[in-house]
Amino acid sequence: MLPTLRTVANGLRRSLGLRSLQTTSTLQSDNLFVHRDTPEDNPDIPFQFTTENKKRADAILAIYPEGHKRAAMLPLLDLAQRQHGWLPISAMHHVADILGLPKMRVYEVATFYTMFMRKPTGKYHVQVCTTTPCWLRGSDEIWNTIRENLKLENGETSKDMMFTLSEVECLGACVNAPMVQINDDYYEDLTVEDTVEILCDLKEGRKPKPGPRNGRFAAEPIGEPTSLKGEPPAAGFGVRPDL
Amino acid sequence: MLRTALGKALKGAQLSPKHARVMSQQPKKPEQIEVFIDDIPVKVDPGTTVLQAAAMVGVEIPRFCYHERLAVAGNCRMCLVEVEKSPKPVAACAMPVMKGWRVKTDSEMTKKAREGIMEFLLINHPLDCPICDQGGECDLQDQSMAFGSDKSRFTDIEHSGKRAVEDKDIGPLIKTIMTRCIHCTRCIRFASEVAGVDDLGTTGRGNDMQVGTYVEKMFLSEMSGNIIDLCPVGALTSKPYSFTARPWEIRKIDSIDVLDAVGSNIVVSSRTGEVMRIMPRVNEEINEEWIADKSRFSYDGLKRQRLVTPMLRDNTGELRPVDWEAALLTVAKQIKNAGANVGAIAGGLADAEVLVAVKDLLNRLGSEALCTEHTFPMDGSGTDLRSSYLLNNGIAHAEEADFVLLVGTNPRFEAPLLNSRLRKGYVHNELEVALIGPKVDLRYQYKHLGDGTDVLQQLIGGGHEVSKKLKSAKKPLIIVGSEVLERPDGAAILAVIQKLSASTKAQEGWKVLNVLHKVASQVAALDIGYNPGVDKIRENNPKVLLLLGADEGAIEKADLCDNTFVVYLGHHGDHGATIADAILPGAAYTEKQATYVNTEGRAQQTLVAVTPPGRAREDWKVIRALSEIVGAKLPYDNLNEIRDRLDEVAPHLTKYGEAENANFFKQAQDLAKNVKTQLDCTPLDVKLKDLSDYFMTDSISRASPTMAKCVQAVLKQKQSKF
Repeated sequence: MLPTLRTVANGLRRSLGLRSLQTTSTLQSDNLFVHRDTPEDNPDIPFQFTTENKKRADAILAIYPEGHKRAAMLPLLDLAQRQHGWLPISAMHHVADILGLPKMRVYEVATFYTMFMRKPTGKYHVQVCTTTPCWLRGSDEIWNTIRENLKLENGETSKDMMFTLSEVECLGACVNAPMVQINDDYYEDLTVEDTVEILCDLKEGRKPKPGPRNGRFAAEPIGEPTSLKGEPPAAGFGVRPDL
Repeated sequence: MLRTALGKALKGAQLSPKHARVMSQQPKKPEQIEVFIDDIPVKVDPGTTVLQAAAMVGVEIPRFCYHERLAVAGNCRMCLVEVEKSPKPVAACAMPVMKGWRVKTDSEMTKKAREGIMEFLLINHPLDCPICDQGGECDLQDQSMAFGSDKSRFTDIEHSGKRAVEDKDIGPLIKTIMTRCIHCTRCIRFASEVAGVDDLGTTGRGNDMQVGTYVEKMFLSEMSGNIIDLCPVGALTSKPYSFTARPWEIRKIDSIDVLDAVGSNIVVSSRTGEVMRIMPRVNEEINEEWIADKSRFSYDGLKRQRLVTPMLRDNTGELRPVDWEAALLTVAKQIKNAGANVGAIAGGLADAEVLVAVKDLLNRLGSEALCTEHTFPMDGSGTDLRSSYLLNNGIAHAEEADFVLLVGTNPRFEAPLLNSRLRKGYVHNELEVALIGPKVDLRYQYKHLGDGTDVLQQLIGGGHEVSKKLKSAKKPLIIVGSEVLERPDGAAILAVIQKLSASTKAQEGWKVLNVLHKVASQVAALDIGYNPGVDKIRENNPKVLLLLGADEGAIEKADLCDNTFVVYLGHHGDHGATIADAILPGAAYTEKQATYVNTEGRAQQTLVAVTPPGRAREDWKVIRALSEIVGAKLPYDNLNEIRDRLDEVAPHLTKYGEAENANFFKQAQDLAKNVKTQLDCTPLDVKLKDLSDYFMTDSISRASPTMAKCVQAVLKQKQSKF
């Protein structure tokens, strides 16, 4: 409401020839950095590692020497998130108990890292990169396609708990822009059609093949290589003759 | 884990000045290096930070996050200074100096860096100084005046882009306005390092970062109020003090705290004859710069339940207000009738002046029935040798100890500042603690040896698992709570502990035996020659009994004859006043210049911050007036004269600030061999086990609504799942 009003006010001023001040956008995060008890997320909900994950947790803990066990916090939180789909407060408490740390020290870590999802998250977490290279290569269309296809806005989760949509900053796959990350997989070199196909596959329970969609294997050029085509030069190439 | 990490950090980098000193005492003294602060040469130990080196030559570098008693965080960047040949300014608080460094604390680059940092800090700090309680004593205000720019580039006059953070509810003592927070993390470090309650932290990141508890949880520590002083801005302020006074309106009087036996140094702030707040005063020997919450926040008890006029009980059994003349005449008549059959009981808040005045008066009347409310074993050397009842080794040295045995005490609530010393030793000095008594939460790990007296026997025999540690320790301490010495077998416990102390191989000058008292008056009373415990009163059944603020119910109406005339001289209508036949209103510790001796035998004086309410008078003056009517006139008319008398009785009582040592351990131990009492098998117990027990322990804190709210908050927190 407020930003809209401000934009309108600034627009009016400009049209009247008055000087307007350049201000930063309202700073708001879509995440809450305090805990609120909800039916899905409260300390009464028990959390335990499954037997399998218990073994994994022990293996993780074994990596770190005595006295430095708290370093296992990130992998343990990740394990908990993978088990539960997202990171409820009971899971943080459980990790704190395992490590013998005050709970606050775990909250600090869990709230710092954006990849820890502290609210219910869909089975597929669709993260669309909209940073400059992806944006130049058409991430806006991808973003709109997904938004319309899933009928979700940024940060929302579908009612059937299948999809969560997030707009994220650079995921480091600029050479394959535009791209989205769905759970652990990168889907790259996307077109609108590819995106719809991926979403359809997911909805129907199939797992789309991750990676580039335009026929590339990885980050190589399409078709023939364009550089470094000859034999590599021998040792001493380009060195001053007197050395 | 924190312990190791902290220990390493502190030892490795020698961040605190305290540690620099410890290191320099070691035999291999590292060579000092020379650095130049604003071209002034100074020689410092390696590892000294730029900020400390600057402090040595009297150059103060502005800072927000750095605090000398906390670990270095280095996150506010206010202490940036230029170092010659360094391309960037360096953070003075965290950067150790190197040989030959030329630090410029007043150069263009330094000034520009400070202005920049200040501008950044102010971008997200609300401009609400006029309604902020910190206004006038705010580090951010002062430093923005001194080091900030005179203009701002922040043009968002519509307040649409400033960060806003929701406030936290962290209990009835601390008010939070988190939008004002500049993220210095001092409160977090205090909670984690000093208080040992890891409930505060930072959540989120970047612009969304906030300081808080994440979950709805109160910050319940017995020292929580100190984070108000630590907060450099108005994010954490005192809830009871909120919107009541401005720092430039209040009068500050140095005083000491009497609500426990530690004798913390405090500053009493008053305005319009009212105590507005109490803050700590630095005393490295006692409280460093912290005070406990009871000392800080129970001042509102000084305005409630006060005795403001003399009162006499009439025929119907009601206490009726009378004037001083009537009250004193009635009491004097009773005393005259009683002859030598007069007794007195000193409560926990009685000062040395009134103690000596009452003693002189009763002695003149021929009575020796002078008792303290809290008892102490009289077998063996009893209270004749001071070494038997003092915290001999001193509070400050507790942090140097390498092994501490706590017997029947919960230092966390009986003497929070002694406990903070022990915790400091535990965190930084590898101190090991063992405890005999109920299992309590001390906020550090200790070895619980059980609560039976048989453990003491085993320790004497040398068969116990910690016996070896106790014997091999170079700096062992045995701290025994005065509460267990009040047991019927107290003498035996003390004798065992004296024997145990003698069996250790402590280094020279190190005193192993330490008694921790719970009330402020006890050491002075014993020094002056009061009999510990009220047995004498029970036996003698005096016709007139004088209660000097004795409110703990050591003696009940039922213990006395029906015709005993009970006179209560004190400041609060508490337990003692209910059984009194005559009430003489006295002054509380903020209203009189009075001497108190703390548990380590250090005489200190309170000063007058406000006048006593109504017709209340300073206690010793009441006794002096009474003595004249009784016909046994006491020979002192003013404070100096009664202080001369104190000096005659025991010279250390007027050596303010100095702890008078006691040294007859050997003799005390020899006398203890004659103790006939046997240890009985009842388990050792302490009254103050839980935080909810801590807040209301004397007539002042019992009258304080703030303390009542604290108890409520603790009980509420117990229901919480976090």
